[in-house]
Amino acid sequence: MSVSTAFDAARAEDRAVLVGYLPSGFPDLPGGIDALRCMVDHGCDVIEVGLPYSDPVMDGPTIQAAAQQALEKGSRTTDVLRTVEAVAATGAPTVVMTYWNPVERYGVERFATDLASAGGAGLITPDLTPDFAPEWIAAADERDLDKVFLVAPSSTDERIAMTTAACRGFVYATAVMGVTGARTSTSDLAGPLVERTRRATDLPVGVGLGVSNGAQAAEVAAYADAVIVGSAFVRVLLDHADDPRAGRTALAALTEDLAEGVRARA
Amino acid sequence: MSELDERVRTSAYEADEHGWFGAAGDGAFGGRFMPEALVAALDELDTAWQKSLADPTFGAELDRMVRDYAGAPSMLYDATRLSERAGARILLKREDLLHTGAHKIRNVLGQALLTKRMGKHRVIAETGAGQHGVASATAAAYLGLDCTIYMGEVDTERQALNVARMQLLGAEVIPVRSGSRTLKDAINEALRDWGSSVDHTAYLFGTAAGPHPFPSLVLSFVRGIGDEARRQCLELTGSLPDAVAACVGGGSNAIGLFAAFLDDEDVAIHGYEPGGDGVDTPRHAATIHAGEVGVLHGARTYVLQDADGQTVESHSISAGLDYPGVGPQHAYLSASGRASYAPVTDAEAMEAMALLARTEGIIPAIESAHAVAGALRLAQERSGSTILVNLSGRGDKDMGTALTWFGLGSADDTSGKGAQ
Repeated sequence: MSVSTAFDAARAEDRAVLVGYLPSGFPDLPGGIDALRCMVDHGCDVIEVGLPYSDPVMDGPTIQAAAQQALEKGSRTTDVLRTVEAVAATGAPTVVMTYWNPVERYGVERFATDLASAGGAGLITPDLTPDFAPEWIAAADERDLDKVFLVAPSSTDERIAMTTAACRGFVYATAVMGVTGARTSTSDLAGPLVERTRRATDLPVGVGLGVSNGAQAAEVAAYADAVIVGSAFVRVLLDHADDPRAGRTALAALTEDLAEGVRARA
Repeated sequence: MSELDERVRTSAYEADEHGWFGAAGDGAFGGRFMPEALVAALDELDTAWQKSLADPTFGAELDRMVRDYAGAPSMLYDATRLSERAGARILLKREDLLHTGAHKIRNVLGQALLTKRMGKHRVIAETGAGQHGVASATAAAYLGLDCTIYMGEVDTERQALNVARMQLLGAEVIPVRSGSRTLKDAINEALRDWGSSVDHTAYLFGTAAGPHPFPSLVLSFVRGIGDEARRQCLELTGSLPDAVAACVGGGSNAIGLFAAFLDDEDVAIHGYEPGGDGVDTPRHAATIHAGEVGVLHGARTYVLQDADGQTVESHSISAGLDYPGVGPQHAYLSASGRASYAPVTDAEAMEAMALLARTEGIIPAIESAHAVAGALRLAQERSGSTILVNLSGRGDKDMGTALTWFGLGSADDTSGKGAQ
């Protein structure tokens, strides 16, 4: 199932889509699945399941810590697919966000096949650009999987055109230079980047820039089609590591706050 | 051929404009597997570098720096006493005599000068044992650039003296506490810094690896090693060597030597990888010998990885070779059969270190001792031949390791166990 169903539904309600991220296997395999389902129950429209990787060059300390914890508990690539299957069963479109080497290692064709049969919608590839992705593009096209590539404030118009032409589902705008992580104010680079991206494509544009509350989500929702939230969800679980019940309550509250934000469009 | 012509010379063994070694597609190595946020910076670097290659004033300025400041050309030394022991004529390319004690000064002077040309005022670098960090801090001081060095926390503890050297040279040293807290994590952290600082900062990559254009760019700055050695060998012996040998971690000293000989088909090319406790144990860093094809730090190459593609921690007694990846050009040279790569264990390297010290009065870096050990093995197979070895660095920095390994430092027993 493509993420486009979620974007169509949100457009009909004149609001932005809320995309929620957690790495698979964090805090452990069943706990991660429960947390992601909780996020769906409380207002996430699309789920992004991270594949924990030993060398996550795009991630800040919060997501690094979560991914490392998952790896230390023995998280495997097959566990990511299991997580996708469990979350996609809720009906929420579910994509995998992964650095490239684990997919190559698993086998690009095999990964695409298993992702599709788990009910996954597609892949977000933070360290793979379309000019180095012919194998993935072919495998995804064959199975109608979403291909979400990234654009950045430093991207030239030419590269934005090349990147968006290869995307399916939506385009991921990384709106700060640097790594992922919750920030206190949203970036002034995001708006202009979304505008440049829209000139190149009709696909929806999602923005990830460290949003951590409903007010920030509303700010981003004013110009983006999706607000992507990762570190803030991870932070909640890290902060409540000793009390899973309280963690779940806080996770639900954060999701609801963000879901309200994407509907407010400040 | 002028110096500049040599620098831009290309052969079938070098990368295409996208950074592929070998025909793009299946079986090619290198490329650029990087976040889009860094692509503009890599393109900017590529453009500035291409421009510098075509600019005679850049070449002249760099030649002057490498000669007057670093001390190149380094001499080619006929190691007669070692040769007698080995049973083959061994020529040593004395990169250990360059300023800061290793070939790495050539790379950082080139990249730092390029930084100035790009109008940037800050450099960042990763370092494992600290050698590339010290070289980077040196070049930054020499050219008046701000300098930040990322170093795994484990390494800052193991190499406190090099941390102090970098600090004395005016660099800021940031200990990296993520992942395995070693070299690969320092690279990750430097890439993260670069992602948010590209407009005023250049990343001085420490070896001929990483995303395009780094493998080719670094080669262009270190290829003087091989160009000098080839010329010096012809002058000294009247012919080319039968074989050339170098140690391979990331592989910059090796590719710098090998590049000049790639089109000399009669010259055998041998790289020696860190075999640690042995390649039949998990404790080694013999990436080409024991790794599998994957993507690490922006390039497709051989990687020490597990069944899921997670990078596996490497081990070598030599911190400068302790890296779970390898430059993509070496991967290609191995796959194409032009060069061969074999592991040398910690014990073999330390034995070669002691032998060179006692036969020639030269204490090599443990990195370079791997190349000497490889050459000794090669001499057994090619008795009477001429083997040119890159002595890429000096061993002062490794005395702590030698002290422990050989049981040195006690005045009533100075013979040491390894020299018996």
